Amino acid sequence: MTASGRGGGAGAVLRLSGISKRFGAIVANDAISLDLARGEILALLGENGAGKSTLVSILFGHYVADAGTIEAFGKPLPPGDPAAALAVGIGMVHQHFTLADNLTVQDNVVLGTEPLWALASRRAAARAKLVATAEKFGLMVDPDARVATLSVGERQRVEILKALYRDARVLILDEPTSVLTPQEAAALFSTLARLCADGLSIIFISHKLTEVLRVSDRIAVLRAGRLVATLDAATAQSSELAELMVGRAVRKPVARDHQRGDTACAVSRLRVDAESGALHDVTLALRAGEIVGIAGVSGNGQQALADVLCGLRAPDAGTVTLAGRSMRADPRAWIDAGVARIPEDRHAAGVIGDFAVWENAIAERYRRPFSSAGIVRRTAARKYARTLADRFDVRGGGLDTKAAALSGGNVQKLILGRALTGGFSQGDDFTPVLIVANQPTWGLDIGAVAYVHQRLLDASARGAAVLLISDDLDEILAIADRIAVMHGGRLSRARPAGEWTRAAIGLAMTGAEAAADAA
Amino acid sequence: MRLEARARRSRAALLLAPFAAIAFTLAVTMALVAWAGAPIRETYALLFAGAFGSRFAWSETLTRATPLIFTGLSVAVAFRARLWNIGAEGQLYAGALAAVAVGGLHGGAGFDLPAGVLFPAMLGASIAAGAVLLLVPTFLRTRFGVDEVVTTLLLNFIVLLAVSMLLDGPMKDPAGLGWPQSVALRDDLQLDKLVPRTRVHTGLVYALVAAAILAFVVRATTLGFEMRAVGANARAAAFAGVPVARTMALVATISGGLAGLAGAIEVAGRTGYVTLDMSPGYGYSGIVIAMLAGLSPLGVVAAAVFIAGVLVGADSMSRGVAVPTYIADVIVAVSLVSMLVATLFVRYRLRLR
Amino acid sequence: MSALDIVSLVASAELWSAVLRIATPLIFGTLGVLLCERAGVLNLGIEGIMVAGAFAGWLTVYQGAGLWSGVAAAAVTGAAFGLLHAFLTVSLALSQHVSGLGITLLATSLASYAYRVSFPSVSTPPTIHPFAEMSAVPIPVLSSQTPLTWLALALVPALAWVLYRTPLGLALRMVGENPAAVEGQGIDVVRLRTLAVVAGSSLMGVAGAFLTLSAFNAFYFNMVNGRGWICVALVVFAGWRPGKALGGALLFAFCDALQLRLSQQAGGIPYQIYLMVPYVLSIVALVVVARRATYPQALMKPWRKGER
Repeated sequence: MTASGRGGGAGAVLRLSGISKRFGAIVANDAISLDLARGEILALLGENGAGKSTLVSILFGHYVADAGTIEAFGKPLPPGDPAAALAVGIGMVHQHFTLADNLTVQDNVVLGTEPLWALASRRAAARAKLVATAEKFGLMVDPDARVATLSVGERQRVEILKALYRDARVLILDEPTSVLTPQEAAALFSTLARLCADGLSIIFISHKLTEVLRVSDRIAVLRAGRLVATLDAATAQSSELAELMVGRAVRKPVARDHQRGDTACAVSRLRVDAESGALHDVTLALRAGEIVGIAGVSGNGQQALADVLCGLRAPDAGTVTLAGRSMRADPRAWIDAGVARIPEDRHAAGVIGDFAVWENAIAERYRRPFSSAGIVRRTAARKYARTLADRFDVRGGGLDTKAAALSGGNVQKLILGRALTGGFSQGDDFTPVLIVANQPTWGLDIGAVAYVHQRLLDASARGAAVLLISDDLDEILAIADRIAVMHGGRLSRARPAGEWTRAAIGLAMTGAEAAADAA
Repeated sequence: MRLEARARRSRAALLLAPFAAIAFTLAVTMALVAWAGAPIRETYALLFAGAFGSRFAWSETLTRATPLIFTGLSVAVAFRARLWNIGAEGQLYAGALAAVAVGGLHGGAGFDLPAGVLFPAMLGASIAAGAVLLLVPTFLRTRFGVDEVVTTLLLNFIVLLAVSMLLDGPMKDPAGLGWPQSVALRDDLQLDKLVPRTRVHTGLVYALVAAAILAFVVRATTLGFEMRAVGANARAAAFAGVPVARTMALVATISGGLAGLAGAIEVAGRTGYVTLDMSPGYGYSGIVIAMLAGLSPLGVVAAAVFIAGVLVGADSMSRGVAVPTYIADVIVAVSLVSMLVATLFVRYRLRLR
Repeated sequence: MSALDIVSLVASAELWSAVLRIATPLIFGTLGVLLCERAGVLNLGIEGIMVAGAFAGWLTVYQGAGLWSGVAAAAVTGAAFGLLHAFLTVSLALSQHVSGLGITLLATSLASYAYRVSFPSVSTPPTIHPFAEMSAVPIPVLSSQTPLTWLALALVPALAWVLYRTPLGLALRMVGENPAAVEGQGIDVVRLRTLAVVAGSSLMGVAGAFLTLSAFNAFYFNMVNGRGWICVALVVFAGWRPGKALGGALLFAFCDALQLRLSQQAGGIPYQIYLMVPYVLSIVALVVVARRATYPQALMKPWRKGER
């Protein structure tokens, strides 16, 4: 575990020593020691749940470490104090943007930079400084724009500007590319290079191997809260990194050869009106036994499409058919028709946190078959939940544990199990007609991701039509048979996976439809 | 200082919480009694004796508890579905008015129908009146996003003014010697006494039955499942296919109906007619009762008896020592707040760093 | 009443004097709720805090202190209950609905209890000498107002300045939209929200004091009579902006003053109908505005540090 290259030594801009943190029974960080040199990009690599976000949150002062110290620019940093971190020159771009939608860009950037009890804000001076900073680093934004009107990429620029406006010398970016198209990610990387040239040091958190190798100087790999290796990016191998991240060889999901069947579900000229994330003229056919991947950055209409196909929303124009029958917007009708639905936000929409595991297991079918004459059939429900939990390896508690107490991976397994077993309404051997999987592996560790992929592949082999919506291009390229790209509410033609290149998908994500259809 | 979520809910805290709350409340009350210059021990003795110290005390407490059980249930049902029904007071009066409208001695004899028909009709009318009063704000919420806290609150004032108006006019008791009270309820529609020579009436049985039914519904029926789902996470419930708007409407009907029933039972069991002051804030007390009971229907019965005891005991106590009856309201308010804080520790632990 | 009568009524200075008088507690109260809600905290304690403020202000003056000392006492009382509410809802992150209602109950009952303990056997409430009208001022309608009304009117642009032109105001607005953003800029969320709630609650206390020290001259039970709840509705109607809050309070007071005078003249309609008008108006205002209301995004969402 030696630091090579430019790290370490007296010139370190940041020095973390022995940082440990637990949350109840979970050890998030275990005696991590790390240095950051001036002008370098250090990547923190690890799968979801490895402790990367916790570590930088401690650095920034959101949490207080149970043990360990932090030195910034040679002086000790007071723990648990974001104001102190900011004062010393540490800036953070959070994974979930900390911006107030109803206020302007300038308001968001300037907050906290003036003495709180000053009698008047210096608006003109602040605006001038904001524009100057933006120009210097090539991050153009309109200071008077309301944040709610900005695109995701623009919002990220505002987040970065917040730090640069405060003369940050260390910039922490937490999973910055998860919301960007490949082109926007490339633009971000060149911005980072420009910042380094100016003398900033950068900590870059990611779980994506390829981009970490591309952009960083050194890579620190975290696994289960421990720092397992620090490597020079120039000499590191991606397979080596993958194994360090997971600690064992990961079995790639196996796709079985199978028949493609008839059209299981089709939407035609679908239109959904919405303030953001509308759909315009979307046509798509999903065939049995095939996985169709919808690539694209979140917020381009994927949620509306998923809502229509889950029965939550009626389109404003266009038709929706399932197995040839026209369907109306009623979740129960879709569930009874054999549609398995995996929602995007598992905690907000997938499970009811206060309900027990067994109650969540029957949540989609509490009326039929798990009720009779208005009374819930408890014994039958619990029996079903038990089988489900066993078959889908749901761990973290018994049938009566509240869903909120389960980890993300176990919640996803519970949701998967519920969706793929259909309440045993057709006996043990149930295959859904259609599976709508909306960001099914978001925030899951590699093991859980592989599990979910395998289940989707198995279901597809048994004849289910699978719609996979994901902003993770690697995931789509790994398991989809056909790929379509969503941008601005429009869907490109769904072409076989082999016909796409990464660059072409990236281009389509930015709206170059003509290119996508012509190529 | 901050709060850290516990890995598992603390059972010890769950059992201790009510006692901790009551202990803190008694301590605060002690300070107030001392301020009034009254002897502390004697005050508490009178308070307790007035609430539970004799057969008569118990009967008064149980009589007071009867409408409180209904309003407590009403609020508990609503709050469980995250429908903030602050309008139980108005719904109670509406129910009382409806009861008298159906069963009152209008023009001397009232409606010419047998009691067997009129009694259920009377109760049905009161349930409907309370339900409608809550359905309107609920509809405004589902359709227009108007926060029901303020609308139900404002409706209380409107209903009370309407009652005053009706008592001055169309529903005035001709034999009432000018007092603003309504026509009296027909004799055979009034509730029997449960215990002779006391004011305890069979309405208490109705209240207990309602609590039992509600407990069963919440725990074991599909409606209870839907209600709890919508209250816990409306979005996930909608995703799973729970008909959210319809469930809310049902919740509003049940909650408003229970409060309306409180009014009807009070009229039929205790007063015999509607007056402007027949409810000393039973609707608002219902909120406290529901929170003290942790929104559990059976807990509501216990909490209602407790609050009723405090109110009755304070009345009796104030006749013996120079402590104003308002101490009862203080006790109720402090126990609510301390109960809230106490139950917090079931899920969270206090960390000093 | 003929149309001409109504027009002359509307144009009369006497009506507008009444409008300002009726509007003053509403202005204080609405601005108080506005401060709390802009910071993300729903404060349903206003009804009780107004009662407590009315009592505290009146008692202070009754015991010999000056009128402004009474106002100060009311403000401090309001601040104390605000501190309790902030502790429960911000530090402990308890339900803002329940805590607020509990505080209303607590403040009202404490005030009533204190009144009865201080005056065990009076039947008519003891009176004090309230604020005098500022008759020295030459402007017609304003000359019949008391200093507290002037204070209320001055408070509107002052609060607008603080909210929109100072760093503190920016931080306050932010903490009601995205507390994580505020924390990320190094400002303590709990302290900021507590400050807003305490400040807002002291304004609510002053609203109550206006009733006993200016509008009337004694403390009656039920004197607040739902004005606090009307302020909660008015804040939504005002879109959480001080200027519109003033407009809403004036509009409301205008309707109230008008119906009071109409009910004295016209016969046949029961007086209760006229009394209902303010409450019905508030509900209507809420429905009209609800669709377009841009709520502070973090309103009523509890904030737990470290839980991101």
